[in-house]
Parts: sequence; structure tokens; C-alpha cells
Amino acid sequence: MIDTNDKVQLIVGLEIHVELATKTKMFCRCRNNFGDPPNTNVCAVCTSMPGTLPVMNALAVDYSMKVGLALDCNVPDYTKWDRKNYYYPDLPKGYQLSQYDLPLCEHGCLEIPLADGTQKKIRVLRAHLEEDAGKNNHEIPGATGVDLNRAGVPLLEIVSEPDMNSVEEVAGYARSMQRLVRWLDVSKANMQMGHMRFEPNINLHITRDGTTYKTPIVEVKNLNSFRSLEGAVAYEFKRQYEEWQKDPEGFSLKKLGKQNRGFDDAKGVTVFQRDKEDAHDYRYLPDPDLPAVIIDDAWRERLRDEIGELPLARRARYIEEYGLSFKDADALTQDAATGDILDSAVKAGADSKRCVNLLLGRGAAIANERECSIADIGITTEQLTELAKMLADGDVNATAANKVFDKMIETSGAPREIAEADGLLAVKDTGQIQQWVDDAIAKNPQAVDIIKEGGKKKEKSFGFLMGQVMQASRGAAPPAEVQKLLREKLS
Amino acid sequence: MSGLIELSATQLAADIRSGETTSVQATQEYLNAITKLDGKLGAYNEIYTDAALDRAKQIDAKIAAGENPGPLAGVPIAIKDNLCTTYGHTTCASRYLENFQAPYTATAVKKLHDAGAVILGKCNMDEFAMGSSTENSGFAPTRNPWDIGRVPGGSSGGSAAAVASRMCAAALGSDTGGSIRQPASFCGCVGFKPTYGRVSRYGLVAFGSSLDQIGPLGRTVTDAALLTGVISGYDPHDATSLPNDVPDYLADIETPIKGLRIGLPKEFFLENEGAIAPDTRAAITAAIETYKSLGAEIVDVSLPHSRIDIDADGKMSSFAVSCYYIVCTAECSSNLARFDGVHYGHRTGENVDGILELYSKSRKESLGEEVKRRIMLGTYALSSGYYDAYYNKALKVRRLIADDFVEAFKSCDILLAPTTPTTAFKLGEKTDNPLEMYLSDIYTISANLAGLPGITLPAGLSSDNLPIGLQLIGPVLSESTLLRAARMFEKTAPPIIPPMVKNSDT
Repeated sequence: MIDTNDKVQLIVGLEIHVELATKTKMFCRCRNNFGDPPNTNVCAVCTSMPGTLPVMNALAVDYSMKVGLALDCNVPDYTKWDRKNYYYPDLPKGYQLSQYDLPLCEHGCLEIPLADGTQKKIRVLRAHLEEDAGKNNHEIPGATGVDLNRAGVPLLEIVSEPDMNSVEEVAGYARSMQRLVRWLDVSKANMQMGHMRFEPNINLHITRDGTTYKTPIVEVKNLNSFRSLEGAVAYEFKRQYEEWQKDPEGFSLKKLGKQNRGFDDAKGVTVFQRDKEDAHDYRYLPDPDLPAVIIDDAWRERLRDEIGELPLARRARYIEEYGLSFKDADALTQDAATGDILDSAVKAGADSKRCVNLLLGRGAAIANERECSIADIGITTEQLTELAKMLADGDVNATAANKVFDKMIETSGAPREIAEADGLLAVKDTGQIQQWVDDAIAKNPQAVDIIKEGGKKKEKSFGFLMGQVMQASRGAAPPAEVQKLLREKLS
Repeated sequence: MSGLIELSATQLAADIRSGETTSVQATQEYLNAITKLDGKLGAYNEIYTDAALDRAKQIDAKIAAGENPGPLAGVPIAIKDNLCTTYGHTTCASRYLENFQAPYTATAVKKLHDAGAVILGKCNMDEFAMGSSTENSGFAPTRNPWDIGRVPGGSSGGSAAAVASRMCAAALGSDTGGSIRQPASFCGCVGFKPTYGRVSRYGLVAFGSSLDQIGPLGRTVTDAALLTGVISGYDPHDATSLPNDVPDYLADIETPIKGLRIGLPKEFFLENEGAIAPDTRAAITAAIETYKSLGAEIVDVSLPHSRIDIDADGKMSSFAVSCYYIVCTAECSSNLARFDGVHYGHRTGENVDGILELYSKSRKESLGEEVKRRIMLGTYALSSGYYDAYYNKALKVRRLIADDFVEAFKSCDILLAPTTPTTAFKLGEKTDNPLEMYLSDIYTISANLAGLPGITLPAGLSSDNLPIGLQLIGPVLSESTLLRAARMFEKTAPPIIPPMVKNSDT
């Protein structure tokens, strides 16, 4: 519990490591693929055999620049590679190729949604490209195995400013970043596969009796789920406040500096790893094996063109242009492909409202069942356009359209063919509809009486008669037409 | 003896191609020479007797079948033991890699194979190319064929000794601060360090990555040109290799150099009498006269940041040497970090308490004194708080040294200098004084710092019958000019042969 005399502000900056989804590794042409048997995606270069040299994967630079440009970062003309020297068995060169003082992207920001519906800008200090390390495997009895499949996989490290002040903001930022890299199609950002890893830097600014105290900064290393990220930040908030309460003068940033802690998922607590006295001296030096990367306007422009519209811009456009609610617009901009389908269908002449209803109706339902995005259920622009047009033209009613939707996802068929084959096309023959209406009236004198009496039950009985007609037509009668004819007959 | 080993590599290739002789015959003769001499010299770490003869047979068969065997048709060549090959071992003369077998072949060696060369074996060197005498080999020192009490120079001392003693037709070495040119000079052969990036470094075990360059050692300038042409070129495996087309270095090698402007850096000549041994100075002065007689124009130039200072006690120092030993040690401290006892190479047999002890024991047991010294120096130079004072400052000095050359080449085409301050020194003479050892590269280091091509060729013998080297340095990618200028001098000078080779012939 926070003492009523204290004003406690949580300060969090977040480092996010994003593994880029290039086909090959950063500095050799080995496959970049998660889950293959140990040491199968390795070569002389990524096992650091003597005499081997790195050769840059330009696509990884493209991907990183896309993220940087999408974050409104400055992507400078000149960037270079540096060696970060340290010893660890999963780092066979004894140094990691990274970027030290001249990162590929710097000074951007990411807007994140807050619970109250407003947005907050989180500043991004820098994003630099580096190579991932391998993995130590401690599951072998009496030995440690080293798997170098991951060694040399391109890794983008995105470092925020300490702009987050709540667990919710940290989670919101992390999720927005996940959405962005997926949107840009530069990473699968699959947490289970370690595509995204978090390292929050956390401390508290506590004001008591007009004095502000800063607690030591804790960097929690290597968190690989949103849950542990949130858990670690929440735990540190509590722990640091409690530590500070015990010794407000001693437990300070000035005296203790920074320390690294790990997070115990099972217990939900952070665990001390090392403090500043043990901090590595990485002895950075410019890598003499890789030429500097020179970036010109043409390169940046090409990538800006490839990026296209960003999620927040698209969401705003949907609210403005298609008149959608924030919620609907947000649901349609979780990935780029869903909105792309929507936009192409509208461009092809389909009514936006009808397209949106189809996508967020059966589309979202199927996506939810399959745990994928709406686009990933396999709907095509052509299918959506045709079905929306059929609805607009009264060729199918809403119920039939849902049936057609499910079938066209299942079979990849064309909506009109499905509707024809399954007898779901609306009956446009007024004589036939008239017949069904007359039959319904004839067979249900009680309902007709109630309607004619004009009492409270009138609407219910009208609905009953509507249902009878629809049933007789097996759903193929256009409801508007049925309603019109019924009203005429019964007025 | 039929004397095949006396032929130049160029002549031997021509004779094998024409059927005058065979590769098997030449290879056998070289193997015989190795059997006879290498016990005394210790130039080779490993000899591929069977593989070399098999390879020679293949080349002969190709020729018999009318196929083009390549420009090095069947010529027996030795390579420095820091060039990776899928056959044999690649040890860098280090106990750490004593049993190491590389999973791939260096691009330069692959190019030799493709050109039809027969690889005789791997030559001794200073461990990881760190040294100027080959006394830092983790196995045994190599001796100079002119006087086995003296060092062959280094670090490509094995390659130089093998070439000079006719235990191979030519060899590859590597040059980080003079490691081709200095031993070639000490052993009386031609040594050529091409422009940085001209030859791919892929498969050359790195020492100072921004300085390392593979190059040939041969008995003639033409042989050096032939090998350089074979091993040069862009390599997609080396991002620092140059994309420029490789010219035919033999095309105008016989063209006279009348009108060529040769610059004499005053810092290497006019100042500091004591920086050059008298015999060496005399030989270089004579070489300048020879060039005048060939029609060259001699101009005075200045390389202020490569100057050599001598204090009251006669101790030499130079910006270039200081700068070099910060850059190369910093790079080597990082390059050699991979030799950690975990993935390959030597791992301590002792019980260890944790990974740190595994690293330190494995390295301590297997790396030599000089290698450890340089790793420590480099680690220090890169340490937090010292980076700006050392490494960053060295990079600035390096730029100034390079800029001096650009300025100098505005008034001349190539530079002329001694290769080394003295002729070959005695074994053990400098092993206790690393700084003095470092100064034997005082004239060669600047070219590495500036990334320039440099060639050394014999310029006569000293009064105690030791070879003296003449060095020519040119601008980036001036290989053709350098080779031609060297060739024109070579034509005027009588060939030199070590007495032990002469005597073994009789």
C-alpha cells in the first residue's frame, strides 16, 4: 500500500528485441528458422571458424529501416557496425556485431492507446540492428550444449525513452510495437518462438514532504511474454517502494546506480543478477570486416513507398471515410492485410458498410475460432466485393449472406455460385412472394386478428407472419419486400 | 639434379604446359629439396607429399588430354599456415590450433587450385602472424637459408625461407605490418603486399583485420605478378574486397619506366642517419642511381607522420609504429576472442571451476607470450576510459599517415625506401626486447596503415653476405606500376642464391 504522504511515480523505459523474419541470417546465408534440430542451420561463418568474415544481409537493413521510418525515426546517412566484446559460450566469435554510437534509427516515437480512449506518445531513443546469439542448452545431464542455429539471426533492438508510467502503458507500448512489426511484415513477432524479448528499465520517483527520491534503476533481463513483462514491472513497483520505505536515503539511484535482475515466472518475482560493479566493459570497436552503411534519400523513399499507410493513420481514415466507430476501425487495423482487402473491395465498387459488416461479423467470428487475423481466414477481395454487391442488390439477404460467407471460406468458391447452388439467392418474383404472403395470412387467422386489433401484441404477431413467409421461402424471400407486401395486405 | 627447382615459377609453368617437363617431376624435385633442407631450416609445419604428387599427376593428365591447366599449371607452391584449407591442418603456428582442420578453403588458396597450382605444404610463421622473426612460432623457429644462425624475418618467415631455399617455386604469405616484405627482404626474395582489399581475406585467419593482406613471395618479380593476378579479385565472402577488375599484371611488366617519378620520403633518408644500417643505406643509394639510369625522375617528398625519431640514447621511435601497435593489438584482442576453448581448438585438460576458468586455462596453456602480450595491450587500449586516449587517437594518426601518402603521390608515381633498417638479425637477438623487434617493421608499417601496395625485391648483399631489400610503395591499386618498376630494377641486378642452396647443388 502506498503511504498517503507519498506521491509515487513509476518510470519505465523498454528495450525490445525483435527478431527479423528474413529468410537467411544477418551475416551469412544460413536459414533463419526457429525450431530446427540443434546446429543444423550453421556454417563456417556463424560458427565463427577462424578466417571467416561477415557479409551483411541488406534485407535486414531494409526491415530495420522500415521500423525506424514507421516510428518516425531519423534514419541517418551514415551508420556502421561495431563489435561488442564479451565471452559467453553462445557467442562463438567472442564479440557480437552490433551498432554502438551510430545506430540505424534514432529519435522516433510510437503512439499508444490508453484505457480512457486517448493516445500517448512514447519516445523511441534508438533502434539498432545486431546479430542474435546462439542458445545454451542446460538440459543435457552433466554438460551444457550450445545450439548455434540462432547465432547470427538479425535482431532489431528498439530502445524507448523512460516515458511509461504504468504497467498498462508498458503493456500497451509492447503490444503496439508487436502490431507495428507485424504490420510492416518484418517479424512474425511470435512470443513463443522468442521473436520478441523485453528488457524494461524500471525505477520510482517518490515525492515525500516536498523532496523527490529516485530509486535505483533495475533492468529486468530477457522477458519473453507480455505476462512476464507486466508481472516484472508490477513486482518491481512494489519491491522498490518497499525497499525505499525501509531506507529512503540509502536506497537511491545515486548511491546504488543500476542493477540487473531476472524474472522468475513461476514465483512472479525478480531475482538479483548483478550490479554496476560487475558491469561488463564491452570494449566496443568499429568492425573492420564490414564497410559502413551509406543511406541515401532514394533508399529511404523506396522503403517509405513499401511501408504505405501505417495502422494509426488507417484507423483514423476508417473512422473518417467509412464512418466507423473507433472499436470497429481498431478491429480492422490489427494487421495490414485485413484493411487491404477491405480497401480493395471498396475500390472495386462494394459498399463499405456492407463489407465491414461481413468482415466483422462472420469474418471476425471465424478468425476468432481459428485464432488468426481476419485476413488469414483466407477471404479474397473478389469474394468480399461480390458478396457485398449481392447484399446491396438484394440478391441475398443477411442470413443467406452469412451462409454464403461460411461456405466461401470453406471452399474458396465464388459467392454467387455458392448462393445459386445452395438455393440461397433471393426470390425476386413478386407473384411468388405474394403467394407465400397470402398463404401465411390464410393459415394464421389468429395472428391476423391480433394485428388488426392493433393492441400491444401487434408487432410480435407481425414478426410471426414475417417468419412464416421467410420459412416458406427457405430464407430466399427479400425481407423488405415481404414486409412491404404484408403491411399492404393487413392495413 | 635436373635443376627444375632453379626455374622461376613462370618458366616452370610454361615448361610443364609445353610438355618440356611434368608437374610430377617438378613436384618430386621440390619434395626432395624439402627432405634435404627443411630439417635445417624448419620452414614447413606440414608437407602434403602424397596429395601434392596426386595433384601433380592430375595436372599432367589434364595437359596430356589437351585441357587448359591454368596459369600456374602444376607449379609447386607453399602457403602460410594461417590460410585455411579443408586438407591438412591450419595451425597459425599456435598450440591452440595445433590439431585444427578447417571446414573450408580460403579464397586465395582456392584461386591457386583453380589456376592449377600444386600445394606442397603449410609454412611456419610467428604465432597468429604476430612477430618479425618467426621465433614466435608455437612450434619451433624457422632459420634463414643465408645463415641458419639468423632469423628469416616474420611473420611469413617460413614462406620466405622456403622460397629462398628453393623448397617451393613460390609461396603465399600475409602482411599486416610488413610480414611479407620484411622476411622476403631478409631471405633475398621478392615479396608483394597488394592494395588492402585487392586479395580476399576470406580464409586468412585474422590478426589485424583492417591491415591484413595476402600476397605472394617469389624468386622473381614476374612470379610475384603471376601469383598476384591469380589470387586477386572481388570475393562475395569478403565485404572489404575491392570490386575493381584485375588487370593483367604481366601485360606491360617489361615496359621501360622512363619518366616514372620516384619519390624519396625525406623522413626515411635525409634525417636520422642511424635509422638505416650503412650497408643497407649504400645499397638503397645505389638503387636510386640505377633508377636514374633507367630514366626515372627522382623527387624528394615528405611523409611527416611516418617520421622516425631517435633519442639521445639512440633509441628509435615512430608515430607509425606506435599507431600500428594500438590498431593491430586492439583488433587482435577482439579477433582472437573466438579461441576460447569452447567450440574448437585447445581445451584445457585440467578440472575447471566454471566457464571463466575454462576460458582462462585453455588460453593460458596454448597461446604464446607475444600473442598474450598483444591481446592484453589491445584489451587495454579498448577499455572504457582509455578508448579515446589510445584507439581513437591511433585512428586519427592513421588518417594523418594515409593523408601524407595522398599528398606525396601528387608529385610522384611511386615511393622508394628501404624495406628494413638492417639485414637479418641473429636468433635470440631481439626476443627479450619486443619494442626493438617491433622497429624492424619501421619502413613497412605505414603502407599497411594507409592500405597501399608495397613490394620488396633484392638490392644486393651486405658485407656479411646477407640480402638487402629495396621497397617500392605505390598509391591504391598501382600494382601494375609497382611490378613494372620492380621488374626493371630486377633486370639490372644479378640474381642472388643462398650459399646452402648453391652448395647443395654441387
